[in-house]
Amino acid sequence: MAAEGGGTFMERTIFHIDMNSCYASIECLHRPELRDKPVAVGGDVEKRRGIILAKNEHAKKYNIKTGEVLWQAKQKCPELVILPPRFDLYIRFSRLAREIYAEYSNQVESFGIDEAWVDVTGTQKLMELGGEELAHEIRNRIKFELGVTVSIGVSFNKIFAKLGSDYKKPDAVTVFTRKNFREIIWPLPASDLLYVGPATKRKLKGYGIVTIGQIAQTPPETLQKWFGKWGLVLSSFANGLDTSPVARTGEDALIKSVGNSTTAPRDLVDEEDASIIFWMLAESVAERLREGGFMCRTVQISLRDNELFSFERQVRLPTPTFLASELHAAAMRLLRAHYNWRRPLRSIGIRGTDLVPATTPVQLNMFENPERQIRRARLEMAMDDIRRRFGHYAIGRAGTYVDPTLTQVNAKDDHTIHPVGYFKAV
Amino acid sequence: MNKTDKPLKVYVAVSARFDENGKISPLSITWEDGREYHIDRILDVRRAASLKAGGAGIRYCVKIGRTETYLFLEENRWFVERRV
Repeated sequence: MAAEGGGTFMERTIFHIDMNSCYASIECLHRPELRDKPVAVGGDVEKRRGIILAKNEHAKKYNIKTGEVLWQAKQKCPELVILPPRFDLYIRFSRLAREIYAEYSNQVESFGIDEAWVDVTGTQKLMELGGEELAHEIRNRIKFELGVTVSIGVSFNKIFAKLGSDYKKPDAVTVFTRKNFREIIWPLPASDLLYVGPATKRKLKGYGIVTIGQIAQTPPETLQKWFGKWGLVLSSFANGLDTSPVARTGEDALIKSVGNSTTAPRDLVDEEDASIIFWMLAESVAERLREGGFMCRTVQISLRDNELFSFERQVRLPTPTFLASELHAAAMRLLRAHYNWRRPLRSIGIRGTDLVPATTPVQLNMFENPERQIRRARLEMAMDDIRRRFGHYAIGRAGTYVDPTLTQVNAKDDHTIHPVGYFKAV
Repeated sequence: MNKTDKPLKVYVAVSARFDENGKISPLSITWEDGREYHIDRILDVRRAASLKAGGAGIRYCVKIGRTETYLFLEENRWFVERRV
């Protein structure tokens, strides 16, 4: 893994570090009495909301899957202990882990709360340690200092490093070198490769391609014909040619989008119902955007009907916003354009993505009075202030009180954290 | 569960000295029954997890009389591991 070749070329040593079953491990660390039981972290069972976010090793034996709805998981394993998520605690552990990584490199790129790439090329040279030894040192430190385990992939590019951290876990180190990658990585299923999701997998299978090696050996032009630009990316990933650097990112960069979704206390049957819930969600998203100092350029809605069919639609806004009224308007436009109410809706969500700093200069719209937008911003900030001082329910929009059974959604505390996309950080 | 069925993580009150560099030295611990124990020496300070009590923070290995024990600073609370 040391420097290869001469001149200015230096082989990189990149770690991908994955905290194993992150949320569940952190919970089990704090509750010693649960360590031998199947444990999952998920939403609220009573209010029939939520899905499994993480599970421990014991729960895995029951085939409990991340993303599964809670009652389904309970059916598979009646004694499953489901704990509500405590994101503040997980964020603390994520920060503590990053502090350790930062002792080894200034290039630490978080990928969600529980994963990070670390470029240790320089460090490794300084410490005169092999990549594998250094990885074991970090693995041991995390176990001793944080009480949770990590799996680390060591390789010469980010994609293979990520594959390595998935290859053997928990509490393990896997090294993929230029010498061994064809032998070990190429026989792996294509879907193990970052960004080969179910749709791409199906399509590849249609062409008779099921392993990473087969992707690598397909001419890039052919892949391009099938997948457009993505085909070339896939080809470079599979051949170990990805050269994207490990970015220097901090805590703030964790946030790629701000979103909220909720399962309504009762099924939503018309636009008015949806509008009430969208108001609650839009307000919480807007409040959190303002808190974080962001505006979003794109609004995305997610809809799931009572037969659990779900889909997402998004729209780019003419100007970035952090206003609930604008998020709500965009969400309603999307809903009207894409939903016909053949079935009632069970859960809906709003997400603001393509975040830009709130200080970004805005191109004013000739046809809208900018004064109005400023007044709306002042109004919403005044509402933030009132809620901070007197609680969330101290003030609300009249429209949301039309049906009190729907308004018992405290959207702000139900928040979700979305990981950074791979290409965002590049 | 343990014999006493009490949690193994015992939060305690601590008197500590903060020096001008921000270094924190615990001086005494007040146990849950109100008894106060003077810390005679700090033998070691490092980041560590407590698998026994369940938590992670800065672990002080301290000497109280002839007994060595771990005292953890977890964010802004101190805890010790109950002996069972």
